[in-house]
Amino acid sequence: MLNQYPLWKNLLVAFVLAIGLFYALPNLYSQDPAIVVSGSRGAVVDSPLQEKINTALESSGIAVKAMEEKEERLLIRFPSTTDQQEAQHVIAGVLPENVSYALTTAANVPGWLLAVGGKPVNLGLDLRGGIHVLIDVDMDAAIKDKIEAYTGDVRTALRSRKLRYLTVKADAKGVDVKFKDAATRDKAEEALGNEFRNLGMETRDAEGAYFVRLTLPPAETRLIKRFALQQNITTIRNRVNALGVAEPLVQQQGERRIVVELPGVQDPTQVKNILGATATLEYRLVDTEHDALDAKNSGKVPPGSRLYKVREDGRPILLKKRVIVTGNQITDASSGFDQRSGSPMVLVNLDGKGARRMRNVTIDNVGKPMAVVFKENRIVGRDAEGKPIKRLVEDVISVANILEPLGARFQTTGLDSPQEAHELALLLRAGALAAPIDIVEERTIGPSLGQENIDQGFNSVIIGLLLVMVFMVVYYKVFGLFANAALIANLVLMMAVLSLLQATLTLPGIAGIVLTVGMAVDANVLIYERIREEMRVGSTPQASIHAGYAKAFSTIMDANITTLIAAIVLFSIGSGPVKGFAVTLAIGIMTSMFTSIVGTRALANLVYGGKRVKKLAI
Amino acid sequence: MRTLTSSLHFDFMGKRKFAMALSIFLILLSLASLATRGLVFGIDFTGGTLIEVGYAQEVDPEVVRKVLADNGFAEAQVQQFGTPQDILIRLAPREGVKSSDLSDKIFSILSKASAGEIELRRVEFVGPQVGDELTEDGALAVLVALMAILMYVAVRFEWRFAVGSVIALVHDVTITLGFFSLFQMQFDLTVLAAVLAVIGYSLNDTIVVFDRIRENFRKIRKGESEEVINISLNQTLARTIVTSLTTLIVLLALFVLGGEIIHNFSLALILGVVVGTYSSIYVASSAVLMLGVSKADLMPVQKEGQQVDDMP
Repeated sequence: MLNQYPLWKNLLVAFVLAIGLFYALPNLYSQDPAIVVSGSRGAVVDSPLQEKINTALESSGIAVKAMEEKEERLLIRFPSTTDQQEAQHVIAGVLPENVSYALTTAANVPGWLLAVGGKPVNLGLDLRGGIHVLIDVDMDAAIKDKIEAYTGDVRTALRSRKLRYLTVKADAKGVDVKFKDAATRDKAEEALGNEFRNLGMETRDAEGAYFVRLTLPPAETRLIKRFALQQNITTIRNRVNALGVAEPLVQQQGERRIVVELPGVQDPTQVKNILGATATLEYRLVDTEHDALDAKNSGKVPPGSRLYKVREDGRPILLKKRVIVTGNQITDASSGFDQRSGSPMVLVNLDGKGARRMRNVTIDNVGKPMAVVFKENRIVGRDAEGKPIKRLVEDVISVANILEPLGARFQTTGLDSPQEAHELALLLRAGALAAPIDIVEERTIGPSLGQENIDQGFNSVIIGLLLVMVFMVVYYKVFGLFANAALIANLVLMMAVLSLLQATLTLPGIAGIVLTVGMAVDANVLIYERIREEMRVGSTPQASIHAGYAKAFSTIMDANITTLIAAIVLFSIGSGPVKGFAVTLAIGIMTSMFTSIVGTRALANLVYGGKRVKKLAI
Repeated sequence: MRTLTSSLHFDFMGKRKFAMALSIFLILLSLASLATRGLVFGIDFTGGTLIEVGYAQEVDPEVVRKVLADNGFAEAQVQQFGTPQDILIRLAPREGVKSSDLSDKIFSILSKASAGEIELRRVEFVGPQVGDELTEDGALAVLVALMAILMYVAVRFEWRFAVGSVIALVHDVTITLGFFSLFQMQFDLTVLAAVLAVIGYSLNDTIVVFDRIRENFRKIRKGESEEVINISLNQTLARTIVTSLTTLIVLLALFVLGGEIIHNFSLALILGVVVGTYSSIYVASSAVLMLGVSKADLMPVQKEGQQVDDMP
């Protein structure tokens, strides 16, 4: 019979709608003010700590709605933002140093809905407030650092084999080693070739000197870059966790960029300082055989040593080039005050390799002085292209005689302020950056602007929707009602798909939804105009409906597929705001094809199908 | 209300000379403006810093400008944004200053100078090299979208239709860009997204018309190409107008209620929808006619339409 859907098709429409309603549902629940407590670097939020927080909150009389553990983090819900604000100070008071907290909101979705994967849609930073930064990793510096490290290794390798060399020099592409005679050079070539299999090697003779040159092959360069990026991502993630952000995102973008998104963060200055900070420590022996002042005045620094200055009074000091341990070997650090002098200090823990080295070196050098170098990359200006000019600042913050062999755990003093000690400890805990970074893009949205954006976006969707619905009813009568039902169903389905995919809804995304509302009725307009045409040439109402849907179908498909192509291109090439727009546009095109073709047909069949109809209200 | 759908017999193609003159005039105007005045690119493309600050009471942009000039930021562009309490400040990339610190500096200067509390509503900082990349990516996106569409239409229809639709799209994009250049309006990333959406919309319109032209070429046995195209345009006219109308309704809602940030976005779309509707009638169809499309080009290789019974 004409214009009757088989049962399964009606059931399909009902089923899809039910699923859509179900997964759009979580967006209707309110948000609880909440605090998230999470540990960094292996610190866990265990039950004694939970107990401690609970008691502290109870004794200060703050109402708690619920406490739940998820993914090794503790989520505490509060009945009001006032309670949340008060609780913040109480909780801050009882947390150990390596556990942090953050203010957030948590959707009040019931457990049964969560259990089947129902989640509210992710709001973008422009809707909830927060900071977005794009970080560029300085790969040239990463390679330079690596070459410098090889330089030290080459010296060690040659020395341990008692092969005498004249100089070992590093440049941008490799290491040049100079020898006095060809025989030594050939022996060195063999030895170095065995030790550094991953490097390229060549020899050359010039002006009575004999050279071996080690270079980085392309594969090795790629490896260094990939490692630098990965290491930086890990470090930045650790730092962000230590800052205490509720739902941080740290993600690789392309070959040298890192995206960091921190929702709800109010103080962009602090974030940028911590993210970009490069402060680390280095432990070196003091060169006591030469005079530092002489070296500074004559400019002749003894080989094997380097000239530094002491932070306190600016006097020069000579330190051995070979580093005992670096910040990379520090596994944990905490700040505090030295018990004897009362000055700020950092207590550090070394990993196994670092501890062994520290012990070996200090055993041989008891009674001799050791220095702690504070290294930091500071931006001192920008060049004409806007690229930052950075200078490595290296200060000796403390010099002390080795009284006894040191092990895995010891303290370092000489820092300017408790604040510096605190930040240094945070940075040492998070690990050092493998290569310097530069913030190349920042977008910060204040919380009130976020709410405003939500309201304005929501209003324009509602008003636009209502106006279109009025127009459709006036112009297409009963069939207009079908189209309107499809329009609402389309919005529900879009919300469901966005929530299910956990796609991020942004302001341009809302604009995409608004545009979809306008374009979704296009399919219905096409169908209805066809039905009217059929009626005009004298077809029966039933035949007109049938022919209208059938003939409009390929047109709708072609029109929507081409728009979909544009949306997909936008999504794959565009960034940020453009992506957000493309996502909702693409989802809207697909859901609207279902609702405005299959959905309205089901309604039309239900109302008109299988009956004798004289006239259509269209 | 029914009047729109009663049989129409506009001689669209007969007036195509006039339409062509109008299109050529608009395109030349747009190109001239783009060449001489150029586009006012937002910081998304040029790099730089943008700061939106909210005051508790109304504030005069001139006063803010003076405060900034006194503190060494004479080149800062200051304007009102949305409400009289909102101020938007734009700064070009600066030598010798860490750009990501610039916003903090500006905010503390304004905080000190203001009597009441002020609120940092928004900061956008884009480094110069990121700006260059965005410009390249944006141009690439437009090109790739055009190519992909060209291919799809060539496969689904015929090459003349593909060329016709792309000519219409280039027409729409050029005039939309020309408008932004002529009135010196800010062209940022959201406007680029709008231009790409215009491509999608205008194409949608064009495809609907082409679909009918193809159908009528197959159905109407006699009749010149010009006549067939005219009939097709008249048959789809009601739909073209109704869909443009509903889309314009929601876009106006977005323009009026959506807030300052997407003001230019909705404006670009409104413009694009109007131009796109016009171009699908006159530009795309005239192009197809002028490229010499004929019945023989569109006769189906195999019979279509077997599937219609089971379709929705």
